Amino acid sequence: MSFLEYAPAPESKAILNLKSEYGLFIDGEFVDGRGEAFATISPADEQRIATISTADAADVDDAVAAARRAYENVWSRMSGRDRGKYLYRIARLVQERSRELAVAESLDNGKPIKESRDVDVPLVAAWFFYYAGWADKLDHAGLGPAPRSLGVAGQVIPWNFPLLMLSWKIAPALAAGNTVVLKPAETTSLTALLFAEIVQQADLPAGVVNIVTGAGETGRTLVEHPGIDKVAFTGSTAVGRQIARSVAGTHKKLTLELGGKAANIVFDDAPIDQAIEGIVNGIFFNQGHVCCAGSRLLVQESIHDEVIERLKSRLSTLRLGDPLDKNTDIGAINSAEQLQRIRELTAVGEAEGAERWSADCVIPENGFWFAPTIFTNVSTSHRIARDEIFGPVLSVLTFRTPAEAIAKANNTPYGLSAGIWSDKGSRILAVADKLRAGVIWANTFNRFDPASPFGGYKESGYGREGGRHGLAAYLAPAASSAPRAEAAPSAGRVAAKPPRSSRRSTKGTDK
Amino acid sequence: MTHLAVPKTYKLFIGGKFPRSESGRTVEVRTASGDFIANAAKASRKDARDAVVAARAALSGWAGATAYNRGQVLYRIAELLDGRRGQFIDEIVQLEGVSARDAAAQVDEAVDRWVWYAGWTDKFAQVAGNANPVAGPYFNLSVPEPTGVVAVVVPQETSLLGFVSAVAPPLVSGNTVVAVASERFPLPAISLAEVLATSDVPGGVVNVLTGSPAELAPWLAAHADVNALDLVGAGDTDWVDLQIAAAETLKRVLPPEQGDDAAAPSLDRILAFTETKTVWHTKSLL
Repeated sequence: MSFLEYAPAPESKAILNLKSEYGLFIDGEFVDGRGEAFATISPADEQRIATISTADAADVDDAVAAARRAYENVWSRMSGRDRGKYLYRIARLVQERSRELAVAESLDNGKPIKESRDVDVPLVAAWFFYYAGWADKLDHAGLGPAPRSLGVAGQVIPWNFPLLMLSWKIAPALAAGNTVVLKPAETTSLTALLFAEIVQQADLPAGVVNIVTGAGETGRTLVEHPGIDKVAFTGSTAVGRQIARSVAGTHKKLTLELGGKAANIVFDDAPIDQAIEGIVNGIFFNQGHVCCAGSRLLVQESIHDEVIERLKSRLSTLRLGDPLDKNTDIGAINSAEQLQRIRELTAVGEAEGAERWSADCVIPENGFWFAPTIFTNVSTSHRIARDEIFGPVLSVLTFRTPAEAIAKANNTPYGLSAGIWSDKGSRILAVADKLRAGVIWANTFNRFDPASPFGGYKESGYGREGGRHGLAAYLAPAASSAPRAEAAPSAGRVAAKPPRSSRRSTKGTDK
Repeated sequence: MTHLAVPKTYKLFIGGKFPRSESGRTVEVRTASGDFIANAAKASRKDARDAVVAARAALSGWAGATAYNRGQVLYRIAELLDGRRGQFIDEIVQLEGVSARDAAAQVDEAVDRWVWYAGWTDKFAQVAGNANPVAGPYFNLSVPEPTGVVAVVVPQETSLLGFVSAVAPPLVSGNTVVAVASERFPLPAISLAEVLATSDVPGGVVNVLTGSPAELAPWLAAHADVNALDLVGAGDTDWVDLQIAAAETLKRVLPPEQGDDAAAPSLDRILAFTETKTVWHTKSLL
């Protein structure tokens, strides 16, 4: 046994008390879905975990109707203080059941337990705790006094951070006074359904949170439902476009958090030890299933060879395997479908002439796995430098000057995140100014906090989640038809003008 | 002896220059009582694309100017517009057929809106941005930045005020603009372009197209180098189709507004064309 070999240290599944079948969560109760049920499996061994219901159009109707009733009769009338207290309860219940939620998340999603335990679930609790406090302080959210909630929110979330994305969606929506119908991703519904149990334990009024499971069709039915007032979506840019088209011309407010192809820029004066850890964390965190992953490494030419050598040596120490093992660094790819996409794009990378290196690790027999991989000699036109791979694959490009780094970093339709590594503060600030991305990490990467707004520029979507800005996605100014312009020159004189027809007939002053 | 008038040729305003439409097309513009005034340029798809190229080229300079500088430039527009008050009143009276008093009110209001927005350039970031108290040793700041190139279909009911009300807000944060002027009342927008051209507004920061919004807007909505689309004055077009076209590149879209006071002054109109950038930086452990 070398110093890198550890005895297995699996987290026990005994803490789970899973049901064999899960229904939909509508109006405070679990009900059977009318669509065709499907199995959710563990991507680490392809074993069935539970059977999940599919919500058909009638089920979505029921969920939206329940959310509407809860909005009209209870939630929109409740004081902000009481809404906040419900959210605080939820935050505490998440903390109390954190071990169980982490195990369930790693089992269903395939992510390492150390991530679900130390990142995902603590952030879920933090998200509810943060927004709980906003519920009775909305006058200070930046939308003027007494902003109003929107109504019923339809929310569709991805499979990469199942419970965390749920909290990003539900916590601000409820704090602002909206009710929600949320659809988790098809492959990762489990923790959303455990969350429904928490909602019951918190005694949240029925219908305030509704969870409908199913595949893309269920999501489409939800976002196109005429009974909702708000659509919040996190997922692929392709689906984001469809949703933007489908809400065109409606009153629905839309926020989209879509794909990314972040540049992680390493200057020659960077603190190299930290940068190596940051590069690894940037792209291999959560198997690279991260929309803001630092998937393009832009490294200054003079330190390219050293960085690559050290990266390879660091990656060779990462342990790939059982997500429930506390020593695991790289878990399972979430689905066979996603594994196929990663394989296709990496094959294209080789075919287009980039140089491939994969860590030498033992791939388990069952389940979906992909060894951490680095491509060097990548050019900006390669597909692996342009397309979001959403896997543990790093594309390395080089630059000579800051201007070249900025040009290459911005050379993408995406604009979600970026990283800068340098010991020179003035350079970091100047480069940060020029990067067209919504989140910029300097000498760190992949940090998240409920107080910190997150969201993209350009085709990475619009709207922000997190912080004060995240509330704006779920609120409208008190009288949204009349803009807030107390101090503005305006209305008076112009509004006092006669209506158009009479103005046009008032001729006679022509020269 | 009488002085024979020298009428003005009304052209487009693209990249700081006043070209005719490349298409050679014009529209006859008449007074409210039907007398001929001018042949205004009828902009084409190519003109719209040229305007986007000019707006993109001007973006880094305008967005990169200091807020104080942008504020002074916008204030300068108010100065020069006020100095040409009489000309604009005459033009509005002639074109819209309103009384001189109403025309004067429109010009005065337009001047005041430039002043109001000029004052926001070095303040909106303080109101819309903030430090974020994250749970860790990080400096974390969120600030609004300009979205980029903004295409605007201005309110169609007035010739000057609607134009100013829709074009000024995106300029505050540093966006550049391609504006489609009022179809019925196109001339004061071009006269305003003369004001812009002499107000230290860099060429390409504001580009003015006259012609048909229904013809021009689809090209702008679908243009991949346009970042945001303000449909405030597009209520009479097939604006839902424009919004659908804009979804292809995930443009930020503002819907049509009705009424005489569409695009009324508000901080929200400034912030609608901004993106929030959040920067994290590590703090060392002492």
